[in-house]
Amino acid sequence: MAGVRLIEVKEKILADNAKLAEESRAQLRKNRTMLLNLMSSPGSGKTSLIIRTMEELKGNVNLGVIEADIDSSIDAEKIAAGGIPAVQLRTGGFCHLEAAMVNQGLDALAEHNLDLIIIENIGNLVCPAEFDTGAHKNVMLLSVPEGDDKPLKYPLMFSICDLLLVNKIDYLSLSEFDLKALRERVLNLNPHIIILEISCKTGAGIDLWINWLKGEIAAFKK
Amino acid sequence: MHELPLTESILNIVLKYAAGNEANQVLSIHMQIGELSDVEEEWLQRYFDYLSKGTVAEGAKLKIERMPVVVQCVACQMLYEVQPAQMGSLVCPACGGKSGTLVSGREYHVKAMEVL
Repeated sequence: MAGVRLIEVKEKILADNAKLAEESRAQLRKNRTMLLNLMSSPGSGKTSLIIRTMEELKGNVNLGVIEADIDSSIDAEKIAAGGIPAVQLRTGGFCHLEAAMVNQGLDALAEHNLDLIIIENIGNLVCPAEFDTGAHKNVMLLSVPEGDDKPLKYPLMFSICDLLLVNKIDYLSLSEFDLKALRERVLNLNPHIIILEISCKTGAGIDLWINWLKGEIAAFKK
Repeated sequence: MHELPLTESILNIVLKYAAGNEANQVLSIHMQIGELSDVEEEWLQRYFDYLSKGTVAEGAKLKIERMPVVVQCVACQMLYEVQPAQMGSLVCPACGGKSGTLVSGREYHVKAMEVL
Protein backbone atom coordinates (compact mmCIF):
# COMPACT_ATOMS: atom_id res chain seq x y z
CA MET A 1 0.00 0.00 0.00
CA ALA A 2 1.29 3.43 -0.91
CA GLY A 3 2.10 5.93 1.86
CA VAL A 4 0.72 9.43 2.35
CA ARG A 5 0.79 11.50 -0.82
CA LEU A 6 0.37 15.23 -1.23
CA ILE A 7 -1.80 16.20 -4.20
CA GLU A 8 -1.73 19.74 -5.59
CA VAL A 9 -5.22 21.03 -6.17
CA LYS A 10 -5.21 24.81 -6.72
CA GLU A 11 -8.94 25.27 -7.28
CA LYS A 12 -11.15 28.17 -6.38
CA ILE A 13 -13.85 27.06 -3.97
CA LEU A 14 -16.50 29.31 -5.44
CA ALA A 15 -15.46 28.68 -9.05
CA ASP A 16 -18.78 27.01 -9.98
CA ASN A 17 -20.75 30.04 -8.83
CA ALA A 18 -18.37 32.46 -10.54
CA LYS A 19 -18.65 30.56 -13.83
CA LEU A 20 -22.43 30.42 -13.71
CA ALA A 21 -22.58 34.14 -12.87
CA GLU A 22 -20.30 34.96 -15.81
CA GLU A 23 -22.54 32.93 -18.16
CA SER A 24 -25.73 34.69 -16.96
CA ARG A 25 -24.07 38.07 -17.37
CA ALA A 26 -23.11 37.27 -20.97
CA GLN A 27 -26.55 35.85 -21.81
CA LEU A 28 -28.33 38.90 -20.35
CA ARG A 29 -26.06 41.17 -22.36
CA LYS A 30 -27.12 39.36 -25.53
CA ASN A 31 -30.76 39.80 -24.51
CA ARG A 32 -30.06 43.49 -23.74
CA THR A 33 -31.36 43.14 -20.21
CA MET A 34 -29.37 44.85 -17.45
CA LEU A 35 -29.29 43.03 -14.12
CA LEU A 36 -28.89 45.08 -10.96
CA ASN A 37 -28.19 43.54 -7.56
CA LEU A 38 -29.64 45.60 -4.70
CA MET A 39 -28.20 44.82 -1.28
CA SER A 40 -28.74 46.21 2.21
CA SER A 41 -29.54 45.42 5.83
CA PRO A 42 -33.12 44.39 6.63
CA GLY A 43 -35.37 47.42 6.92
CA SER A 44 -33.27 49.94 5.05
CA GLY A 45 -35.91 50.43 2.38
CA LYS A 46 -35.19 48.11 -0.55
CA THR A 47 -38.84 47.42 -1.29
CA SER A 48 -39.80 51.10 -0.95
CA LEU A 49 -36.98 52.01 -3.34
CA ILE A 50 -38.14 49.45 -5.89
CA ILE A 51 -41.72 50.71 -5.70
CA ARG A 52 -40.54 54.33 -6.17
CA THR A 53 -38.33 53.25 -9.06
CA MET A 54 -41.17 51.37 -10.69
CA GLU A 55 -43.36 54.49 -10.61
CA GLU A 56 -40.60 56.69 -12.02
CA LEU A 57 -39.68 54.34 -14.85
CA LYS A 58 -43.24 53.55 -15.91
CA GLY A 59 -43.68 53.83 -19.68
CA ASN A 60 -39.94 54.35 -20.30
CA VAL A 61 -38.15 51.28 -19.07
CA ASN A 62 -39.47 47.73 -18.90
CA LEU A 63 -38.62 46.68 -15.36
CA GLY A 64 -38.84 43.30 -13.65
CA VAL A 65 -38.01 42.29 -10.08
CA ILE A 66 -36.50 39.18 -8.53
CA GLU A 67 -37.55 39.23 -4.92
CA ALA A 68 -35.41 37.22 -2.54
CA ASP A 69 -35.80 38.75 0.87
CA ILE A 70 -36.62 36.02 3.33
CA ASP A 71 -39.64 33.79 3.20
CA SER A 72 -42.60 35.95 2.53
CA SER A 73 -44.28 36.83 -0.69
CA ILE A 74 -45.53 40.16 0.65
CA ASP A 75 -42.86 42.15 -1.15
CA ALA A 76 -43.43 40.41 -4.49
CA GLU A 77 -47.18 40.94 -4.16
CA LYS A 78 -46.71 44.65 -3.42
CA ILE A 79 -44.50 44.98 -6.47
CA ALA A 80 -46.71 42.91 -8.77
CA ALA A 81 -49.66 45.08 -7.67
CA GLY A 82 -47.81 47.94 -9.36
CA GLY A 83 -48.17 46.10 -12.66
CA ILE A 84 -44.62 44.89 -13.26
CA PRO A 85 -43.42 41.30 -13.52
CA ALA A 86 -42.06 40.07 -10.20
CA VAL A 87 -40.92 36.66 -9.10
CA GLN A 88 -40.47 35.53 -5.52
CA LEU A 89 -37.59 33.15 -4.82
CA ARG A 90 -38.13 30.74 -1.97
CA THR A 91 -34.91 31.35 -0.09
CA GLY A 92 -35.97 29.95 3.30
CA GLY A 93 -33.35 30.87 5.84
CA PHE A 94 -30.58 31.42 3.30
CA CYS A 95 -28.24 34.27 4.11
CA HIS A 96 -27.37 35.18 0.51
CA LEU A 97 -28.24 34.54 -3.14
CA GLU A 98 -26.14 32.53 -5.53
CA ALA A 99 -26.07 32.66 -9.32
CA ALA A 100 -28.02 29.39 -9.61
CA MET A 101 -30.86 30.83 -7.52
CA VAL A 102 -30.90 34.05 -9.51
CA ASN A 103 -31.09 31.95 -12.70
CA GLN A 104 -34.40 30.47 -11.54
CA GLY A 105 -35.74 34.00 -11.26
CA LEU A 106 -34.33 34.99 -14.66
CA ASP A 107 -35.99 31.95 -16.27
CA ALA A 108 -39.31 32.93 -14.75
CA LEU A 109 -38.99 36.46 -16.19
CA ALA A 110 -37.61 35.40 -19.57
CA GLU A 111 -40.86 35.88 -21.53
CA HIS A 112 -41.13 39.59 -20.65
CA ASN A 113 -38.40 41.16 -22.76
CA LEU A 114 -37.17 43.48 -20.00
CA ASP A 115 -34.67 46.38 -20.09
CA LEU A 116 -33.83 46.10 -16.42
CA ILE A 117 -34.17 43.46 -13.73
CA ILE A 118 -33.58 44.41 -10.10
CA ILE A 119 -32.68 41.67 -7.64
CA GLU A 120 -33.81 42.46 -4.13
CA ASN A 121 -31.13 40.47 -2.34
CA ILE A 122 -31.51 39.06 1.16
CA GLY A 123 -31.17 41.71 3.88
CA ASN A 124 -27.63 41.14 5.13
CA LEU A 125 -24.39 43.11 4.76
CA VAL A 126 -22.05 40.12 5.08
CA CYS A 127 -22.80 37.12 2.88
CA PRO A 128 -24.33 38.69 -0.26
CA ALA A 129 -21.04 40.57 -0.77
CA GLU A 130 -19.19 37.30 -1.33
CA PHE A 131 -21.34 35.70 -4.01
CA ASP A 132 -21.45 36.89 -7.60
CA THR A 133 -25.10 36.88 -8.70
CA GLY A 134 -24.42 37.54 -12.38
CA ALA A 135 -25.47 41.19 -12.01
CA HIS A 136 -23.93 43.93 -14.17
CA LYS A 137 -24.16 46.48 -11.36
CA ASN A 138 -24.10 46.17 -7.58
CA VAL A 139 -25.98 48.78 -5.60
CA MET A 140 -26.09 49.14 -1.85
CA LEU A 141 -28.72 50.90 0.19
CA LEU A 142 -27.77 52.23 3.63
CA SER A 143 -30.33 54.00 5.75
CA VAL A 144 -29.54 56.84 8.17
CA PRO A 145 -30.85 55.02 11.31
CA GLU A 146 -28.25 52.27 10.74
CA GLY A 147 -25.39 54.68 11.49
CA ASP A 148 -22.38 56.08 9.66
CA ASP A 149 -20.02 53.43 11.05
CA LYS A 150 -21.18 50.63 8.74
CA PRO A 151 -18.21 50.91 6.31
CA LEU A 152 -15.94 50.13 9.28
CA LYS A 153 -17.90 46.99 10.13
CA TYR A 154 -18.70 45.65 6.67
CA PRO A 155 -15.82 46.82 4.45
CA LEU A 156 -16.26 44.12 1.80
CA MET A 157 -19.83 45.15 0.98
CA PHE A 158 -18.78 48.77 0.45
CA SER A 159 -15.78 47.81 -1.65
CA ILE A 160 -17.73 45.74 -4.22
CA CYS A 161 -20.56 48.19 -4.99
CA ASP A 162 -20.82 50.61 -7.91
CA LEU A 163 -23.34 52.86 -6.21
CA LEU A 164 -24.27 53.62 -2.60
CA LEU A 165 -27.68 55.11 -1.90
CA VAL A 166 -28.00 56.71 1.53
CA ASN A 167 -31.70 56.41 2.26
CA LYS A 168 -34.00 58.03 4.86
CA ILE A 169 -32.13 61.34 4.81
CA ASP A 170 -35.33 62.83 6.25
CA TYR A 171 -34.09 61.30 9.54
CA LEU A 172 -30.81 63.22 9.47
CA SER A 173 -31.98 65.98 11.82
CA LEU A 174 -33.00 63.38 14.40
CA SER A 175 -29.72 61.52 14.42
CA GLU A 176 -25.99 62.00 14.85
CA PHE A 177 -25.33 60.45 11.47
CA ASP A 178 -22.33 62.23 9.94
CA LEU A 179 -22.69 62.27 6.14
CA LYS A 180 -19.24 63.72 5.61
CA ALA A 181 -17.60 61.02 7.73
CA LEU A 182 -19.60 58.35 5.91
CA ARG A 183 -18.53 59.65 2.49
CA GLU A 184 -14.92 59.72 3.55
CA ARG A 185 -15.00 56.19 4.95
CA VAL A 186 -16.73 54.77 1.90
CA LEU A 187 -14.54 56.57 -0.66
CA ASN A 188 -11.40 55.43 1.14
CA LEU A 189 -12.53 51.84 0.71
CA ASN A 190 -13.80 52.27 -2.82
CA PRO A 191 -12.60 55.37 -4.68
CA HIS A 192 -14.81 54.56 -7.71
CA ILE A 193 -18.15 54.30 -5.92
CA ILE A 194 -20.86 56.90 -6.50
CA ILE A 195 -22.78 58.06 -3.42
CA LEU A 196 -26.26 59.57 -3.64
CA GLU A 197 -28.50 60.79 -0.81
CA ILE A 198 -32.18 59.95 -1.06
CA SER A 199 -35.43 59.60 0.83
CA CYS A 200 -38.00 57.18 -0.53
CA LYS A 201 -40.51 58.82 1.80
CA THR A 202 -40.13 62.47 0.79
CA GLY A 203 -38.81 61.79 -2.71
CA ALA A 204 -35.62 63.79 -2.09
CA GLY A 205 -32.78 62.71 -4.38
CA ILE A 206 -34.90 60.15 -6.21
CA ASP A 207 -34.34 62.10 -9.45
CA LEU A 208 -30.56 61.63 -9.00
CA TRP A 209 -30.98 57.87 -8.60
CA ILE A 210 -33.28 57.65 -11.63
CA ASN A 211 -30.82 59.68 -13.73
CA TRP A 212 -27.98 57.38 -12.69
CA LEU A 213 -30.10 54.35 -13.54
CA LYS A 214 -31.17 55.70 -16.95
CA GLY A 215 -27.58 56.61 -17.74
CA GLU A 216 -26.39 53.11 -16.87
CA ILE A 217 -29.14 51.47 -18.95
CA ALA A 218 -28.31 53.70 -21.94
CA ALA A 219 -24.59 52.87 -21.62
CA PHE A 220 -25.42 49.16 -21.28
CA LYS A 221 -27.57 49.17 -24.42
CA LYS A 222 -24.96 50.90 -26.57
CA MET B 1 -22.61 32.48 7.75
CA HIS B 2 -22.61 30.61 4.45
CA GLU B 3 -20.41 27.71 5.46
CA LEU B 4 -22.77 25.07 4.08
CA PRO B 5 -22.58 25.94 0.36
CA LEU B 6 -18.84 26.54 0.75
CA THR B 7 -18.42 23.13 2.31
CA GLU B 8 -20.35 21.46 -0.50
CA SER B 9 -18.08 23.14 -3.01
CA ILE B 10 -14.93 22.06 -1.10
CA LEU B 11 -16.17 18.48 -0.87
CA ASN B 12 -16.93 18.34 -4.61
CA ILE B 13 -13.41 19.52 -5.43
CA VAL B 14 -11.85 17.07 -2.96
CA LEU B 15 -13.83 14.08 -4.23
CA LYS B 16 -12.97 14.95 -7.84
CA TYR B 17 -9.25 15.05 -7.08
CA ALA B 18 -9.42 11.96 -4.85
CA ALA B 19 -11.01 9.97 -7.67
CA GLY B 20 -8.57 11.33 -10.26
CA ASN B 21 -5.63 10.31 -8.09
CA GLU B 22 -7.06 6.95 -7.02
CA ALA B 23 -6.92 7.88 -3.35
CA ASN B 24 -8.42 5.54 -0.78
CA GLN B 25 -8.62 8.09 1.97
CA VAL B 26 -8.25 11.85 2.31
CA LEU B 27 -6.33 12.81 5.46
CA SER B 28 -6.20 16.57 5.26
CA ILE B 29 -7.21 19.42 2.98
CA HIS B 30 -5.12 22.57 2.78
CA MET B 31 -6.96 25.76 1.98
CA GLN B 32 -6.22 29.45 1.65
CA ILE B 33 -9.00 31.77 2.72
CA GLY B 34 -8.72 35.54 2.71
CA GLU B 35 -9.05 37.44 5.98
CA LEU B 36 -11.92 39.43 4.49
CA SER B 37 -13.88 36.28 3.75
CA ASP B 38 -16.30 35.62 6.51
CA VAL B 39 -15.80 32.00 7.56
CA GLU B 40 -16.03 30.28 10.90
CA GLU B 41 -13.43 27.54 10.71
CA GLU B 42 -15.01 25.41 13.41
CA TRP B 43 -18.32 25.32 11.56
CA LEU B 44 -16.66 24.64 8.25
CA GLN B 45 -15.11 21.52 9.82
CA ARG B 46 -18.40 20.46 11.41
CA TYR B 47 -20.30 20.77 8.14
CA PHE B 48 -17.51 18.99 6.35
CA ASP B 49 -17.62 16.08 8.82
CA TYR B 50 -21.35 15.82 8.25
CA LEU B 51 -21.35 16.07 4.46
CA SER B 52 -18.33 13.82 3.92
CA LYS B 53 -19.76 10.84 5.83
CA GLY B 54 -19.47 7.67 3.77
CA THR B 55 -17.03 9.22 1.25
CA VAL B 56 -13.24 8.82 0.99
CA ALA B 57 -12.98 12.27 2.59
CA GLU B 58 -14.68 11.20 5.82
CA GLY B 59 -12.55 12.19 8.80
CA ALA B 60 -10.32 14.57 6.80
CA LYS B 61 -9.03 17.63 8.66
CA LEU B 62 -9.43 21.06 7.11
CA LYS B 63 -6.25 23.10 7.42
CA ILE B 64 -6.89 26.75 6.76
CA GLU B 65 -4.28 29.37 6.08
CA ARG B 66 -5.77 32.86 6.38
CA MET B 67 -4.40 35.17 3.69
CA PRO B 68 -3.79 38.82 4.56
CA VAL B 69 -5.78 41.73 3.21
CA VAL B 70 -3.59 43.66 0.76
CA VAL B 71 -4.49 47.16 -0.37
CA GLN B 72 -2.93 49.35 -3.04
CA CYS B 73 -2.58 53.05 -2.25
CA VAL B 74 -4.41 55.22 -4.80
CA ALA B 75 -1.87 58.03 -4.43
CA CYS B 76 1.49 56.23 -4.61
CA GLN B 77 0.57 52.67 -5.75
CA MET B 78 2.30 51.13 -2.73
CA LEU B 79 0.98 47.68 -1.72
CA TYR B 80 0.48 47.14 2.00
CA GLU B 81 -1.23 44.75 4.40
CA VAL B 82 -4.03 45.79 6.73
CA GLN B 83 -6.19 44.11 9.34
CA PRO B 84 -9.85 43.74 8.24
CA ALA B 85 -10.90 46.01 11.13
CA GLN B 86 -8.68 48.79 9.76
CA MET B 87 -10.21 48.69 6.28
CA GLY B 88 -12.40 51.69 7.00
CA SER B 89 -9.52 53.90 8.11
CA LEU B 90 -6.65 53.22 5.73
CA VAL B 91 -3.36 55.04 6.01
CA CYS B 92 -0.60 54.25 3.50
CA PRO B 93 2.66 53.57 5.38
CA ALA B 94 4.64 55.20 2.56
CA CYS B 95 2.80 58.43 1.80
CA GLY B 96 -0.01 58.65 4.35
CA GLY B 97 -2.66 58.40 1.59
CA LYS B 98 -6.08 57.46 2.93
CA SER B 99 -7.54 55.89 -0.21
CA GLY B 100 -6.82 52.34 -1.28
CA THR B 101 -8.19 49.65 -3.56
CA LEU B 102 -8.47 46.05 -2.45
CA VAL B 103 -5.90 43.80 -4.14
CA SER B 104 -6.36 40.55 -2.22
CA GLY B 105 -7.94 39.17 0.90
CA ARG B 106 -11.01 37.51 -0.60
CA GLU B 107 -9.40 34.18 -1.61
CA TYR B 108 -11.23 30.88 -1.30
CA HIS B 109 -8.79 28.27 -2.59
CA VAL B 110 -8.22 24.58 -2.09
CA LYS B 111 -4.48 24.33 -2.45
CA ALA B 112 -3.54 20.72 -1.77
CA MET B 113 -4.60 17.57 0.02
CA GLU B 114 -2.91 14.67 1.75
CA VAL B 115 -4.22 11.27 0.75
CA LEU B 116 -3.56 7.61 1.27
